[in-house]
Amino acid sequence: MTALLEVKSISKAFGDFYANSDISMKIMPGEIHALLGENGAGKSTLVKMMYGVLRPTAGEFHWNGQPIVMTGPAFARELGIGMVFQHFSLFEALTVGENVALSLPKDLAMSDVNQKVREVSENYGLPLDPDRAVHSLSVGERQRIEIVRCLLQDPKLLIMDEPTSVLTPQEADRLFETLEQLSSEGCSILYISHKLDEVRRLCNTATILRHGELVASCDPSKETPRSLAEMMVGTKISSVSKADEVTGDEKVRFSTSNLTVPAEDPLGTDLKAINMSVRSGEILGIAGVAGNGQDELFNALSGEVLANGSDAVVIDGVAVGKQGINQRRKLSAAFIPEERNGHAAVGDLSLSRNALLSTHATSPNQRRGLIDDGALRGYVDEVVKHFDVRASKDNANAASLSGGNLQKFAVGREMLREPGVLIVSQPTWGVDAGAAAVIRQALLDLASRGAAIVMISQDLEEIFEVSDSIAVISEGTLSEARPAKDITVEEVGLLMGGITGEGGDHVHAA
Amino acid sequence: MFMRLEARSEPSPIMTYLSPVIAVSVTVIIVGFIFVGMGIDPFVGLKTYFITPLAKLSSIYELLAKASPLVLIAVGLIFCFRANIWNIGAEGQYTLGAIFGGWVAVSFHESESMLLLPAVLLAGVVGGMLWAAIPALLKIYFKANEILTSLMLTPVAVLLLDYLVRGPLRDPDGYNMPESRFFPDAAILPTLFNSYSFHIGIFVSLLVAILATVLLYKAMLGYKVDVSGSAPRAARFGGFSSIRMTIIVFLISGACAGLAGTMEVSARTGQLIPTIPLGYGFTAIIVAFLGRRNPIGAVFAGLLLALSYMGGEEVQVKLQVPSDLTGVLQGLLLFLLLGCDTLINHRFVFSRKEIAHES
Amino acid sequence: MSLDMVDLLTNAMLGIIVAATPYMLAATGELVVERSGVLNLGVEGMMIVGAVTSYIVAFSTGSLVLGVLVGILAGAFLSLCFAFWTQTLLTNQVATGLAVTLAGIGIAGLAGRNFVGTTISPIPQLYIPYLSDIPLIGKVLFGLDPIAYFSFILIFLVIWFLWKTRAGLILRAVGDSHDSAHALGYPVVKIRYMAILFGGACAGLAGTYLTLVHTAFWAPGMTAQRGWTALALVVFASWLPWRVVLGAYLFGTVGYMQLFSQGMGVPIPSQFLSSLPYLMTIVVLVLISRDQFRAKANTPASLGKVFKPDL
Repeated sequence: MTALLEVKSISKAFGDFYANSDISMKIMPGEIHALLGENGAGKSTLVKMMYGVLRPTAGEFHWNGQPIVMTGPAFARELGIGMVFQHFSLFEALTVGENVALSLPKDLAMSDVNQKVREVSENYGLPLDPDRAVHSLSVGERQRIEIVRCLLQDPKLLIMDEPTSVLTPQEADRLFETLEQLSSEGCSILYISHKLDEVRRLCNTATILRHGELVASCDPSKETPRSLAEMMVGTKISSVSKADEVTGDEKVRFSTSNLTVPAEDPLGTDLKAINMSVRSGEILGIAGVAGNGQDELFNALSGEVLANGSDAVVIDGVAVGKQGINQRRKLSAAFIPEERNGHAAVGDLSLSRNALLSTHATSPNQRRGLIDDGALRGYVDEVVKHFDVRASKDNANAASLSGGNLQKFAVGREMLREPGVLIVSQPTWGVDAGAAAVIRQALLDLASRGAAIVMISQDLEEIFEVSDSIAVISEGTLSEARPAKDITVEEVGLLMGGITGEGGDHVHAA
Repeated sequence: MFMRLEARSEPSPIMTYLSPVIAVSVTVIIVGFIFVGMGIDPFVGLKTYFITPLAKLSSIYELLAKASPLVLIAVGLIFCFRANIWNIGAEGQYTLGAIFGGWVAVSFHESESMLLLPAVLLAGVVGGMLWAAIPALLKIYFKANEILTSLMLTPVAVLLLDYLVRGPLRDPDGYNMPESRFFPDAAILPTLFNSYSFHIGIFVSLLVAILATVLLYKAMLGYKVDVSGSAPRAARFGGFSSIRMTIIVFLISGACAGLAGTMEVSARTGQLIPTIPLGYGFTAIIVAFLGRRNPIGAVFAGLLLALSYMGGEEVQVKLQVPSDLTGVLQGLLLFLLLGCDTLINHRFVFSRKEIAHES
Repeated sequence: MSLDMVDLLTNAMLGIIVAATPYMLAATGELVVERSGVLNLGVEGMMIVGAVTSYIVAFSTGSLVLGVLVGILAGAFLSLCFAFWTQTLLTNQVATGLAVTLAGIGIAGLAGRNFVGTTISPIPQLYIPYLSDIPLIGKVLFGLDPIAYFSFILIFLVIWFLWKTRAGLILRAVGDSHDSAHALGYPVVKIRYMAILFGGACAGLAGTYLTLVHTAFWAPGMTAQRGWTALALVVFASWLPWRVVLGAYLFGTVGYMQLFSQGMGVPIPSQFLSSLPYLMTIVVLVLISRDQFRAKANTPASLGKVFKPDL
């Protein structure tokens, strides 16, 4: 049987960096094929080449056995390739109908396009009003536009880039049904994900990428999540040494009460009456599906966005809800945001100037408004030494560091201050396994020295590995924290889908 | 063979400083060709344009006096540009500086007080700051694009000056000419070395440039400006308010432009006339870019652009070439500089195959 | 109404049309450019180069048609430079636009230096028989020059293009999000090149109108900020073509009135009238910007941003 799409020794270089090197794989007609890999493994680069958005540096594609050159997305669509992007390619100022029309090959009248949108959205249970302007729609509705767009093209190969990262489990289930239906109709699906359970449940074949190289092909249903994860990560998943359990009589160092913050972005999530309290030595893990209010929570806890009341956030007994981030730092709190480049660090500034970013309020790196560059260099040297930060040269620009090294810098910069309270978001996102282990160990060590830590993470493995207690954020609401030893992965999974209560029978509209 | 741009993995530090040199050299060569096109020996033309104005000590003084407002305005703009705030209304802020300073000078035209000159300078600073505060506040409160608002305010400022010198501030003894009274001596910036042009405002500009260098490279203020400009989210993480930064850089830039305007009327024209705004506010944008958004760089760039004005006048007198050549030269220089700056972050790649998916 | 009054009104209306047409032409072009997500501040420069070249050609060859064509081409050529710089070399659009204006004014001054003080006979009005004899409105509606008529045809074509054709939809999409348009496979750079060229041609024609219809002579700096006003007009119109017509005639009326305000004893300073278009534009900009919902509906979201594809 000839493959629908065969990838032959494809490589893609950005400057000196190879995002993909020498990758070969086959997608058979009607199969659901998983493309697995960690963040940064090269999955997106590969599918962008399949869709003609990027051009390979070397190698070729065969379509139904014939060699082809992907000249662009229009050509890919002509072949019958449809793609649902992780980041939507939508036009905010245009209507749903116009957005769909732009992805259709022929010049259809707008009224016909709108009619087709209505038909498809009805058939597949994806409600959409073609006359609405996109800027007024929610994230879920926006993804529906992308899916409807693809279905209208009657695709032979549908590429889905992390489609469930913005969906609840229920929405994801509905999506899987649609995909299985499509597959039974003979449409091949390339399913990009790093969620192992999804892949095991849905896919016939899996291709696994690591650091831009193909490391394995397998039948995911015959693998365990652990074996898949090991192929993805490369080394045996290292276990960190956990300190003793926190006892209930340690003092509370960080707490929120009824923290309610409206979203800044119209597409963001409002925080609703968040309550938490973290004791000395405790790590509270906050799990949740991306886009359920994690960014807003980090901003509110750090003071980048002020809370509804002074008492809403308390650090070591001091009410700081109305205090900014630097006042909170002065009370020994430290913060590590999810986004390294552009949030935790400024790419085109040197590491020493980046050290200043979060330490200027608390350390003698500046006096009366003048910067002490010598002191900063010393500070950076300490961070580099203790956290094994590798840079191309001394005091390099932050942008020149690899993701893992920059993250070690961002973590080390805060750790060196020996904070009493640490709020960290996605500490090991897109970081190689070695760096991840270093960072997780640092968190545990800091807690064992008496700090209170809040760790927001979408990585359940990480949550369970590090946390003393676990809470789940869903739709801007935080569940009650429970000791890590008393909660199962399944229970956390239910909470992530907005299901609370004992039997899981009370389902929030998602 | 097709040529395309490819991003460099790291910006080229050499090109950062080579780019202005290439741009200036190519501009000079093209101006040489323009002379040829006009039937003028290019070597005579270029010598008249670039060398002759520097031959006399008095013209060196004149060069410094012309460079002074350019440098001063550019130093202010550098704060905006580094913060990624596009204030292109410096011409208007300069004009308001002249109006405010001139107004004070004319209002006390019989004064001999030592305090009048500081008052004139201060008024100019305030005028420039007020005019710059408008786009800043519109951006903060209404999210109105500062490129458009600061640009639109410039002709308004020029028209305001025009109205004032034809109306309320017109010289009552001036035969109905559109000009104000002459300022009293106490409002005039002193000159040095028996020169008409070498006024102490030149030192003020240089001092401001040095102060700005310290602020930008050694002080928290400059650090905040840089972080706000290149990573707004990181700025918030550092606890730097974007609202405060917007207003601060606009006010610094307005203060510099206003000071330049008031010093210009105080030291050079001695009265308010409608032709005070000559485009220095726009030329200063070139100065800021050519000087690599560095105040000391702006001093050198300002001298070069001042020379471009004087060369234009020189060739008009000596070779009967319209002074429009100055505009051509400045436009070309900016074009070439922007083009060369592309090579800081990119390099040209030559490939045999056509890139089908070009965009 | 006395006959004198009729004549006065007719002349006023004709004067307003002559004042408004260059605004309308240049703003129509710039609107298309900005709708594609590009801010070209070089309108004044392209306009004045169009003005001088068309005059030189018309004066030297005696052919007005050739003059118009060369004026359009000259504007388009200057915009091609802008396009190459901003789209291919990825330079900053604000600074590049200023360079176009600076260089354009200078080039025009140099090129026209030997033509100052000469005159030509301007492009004549097209009098439509009988209809143009209708009192009051006859000359205004049926006795205009061909370019003034064309300015209306052009705006209707642009409205039709932007909202009734697929190409127009694509252009608006590119202006809204160049990244999305690129992801869907639309040639962002090519589309913007064409929009910029159209804008340059329109600015060139606007300049041509000044020398070949309005004044029939060349004087240095004769565009007198009209290019900047046209830029203001696009914002004033909140990027909607039919409002460009409204704004052009409003600004034209203001421009016409200030010529006569002093003579007719109007107690408003002429400088205030001249600054009205800019002040009104700021007010409109504030009104549309403060309401983010409406701002998103009409403002081209990619305006002025550099598009850098990750090839």
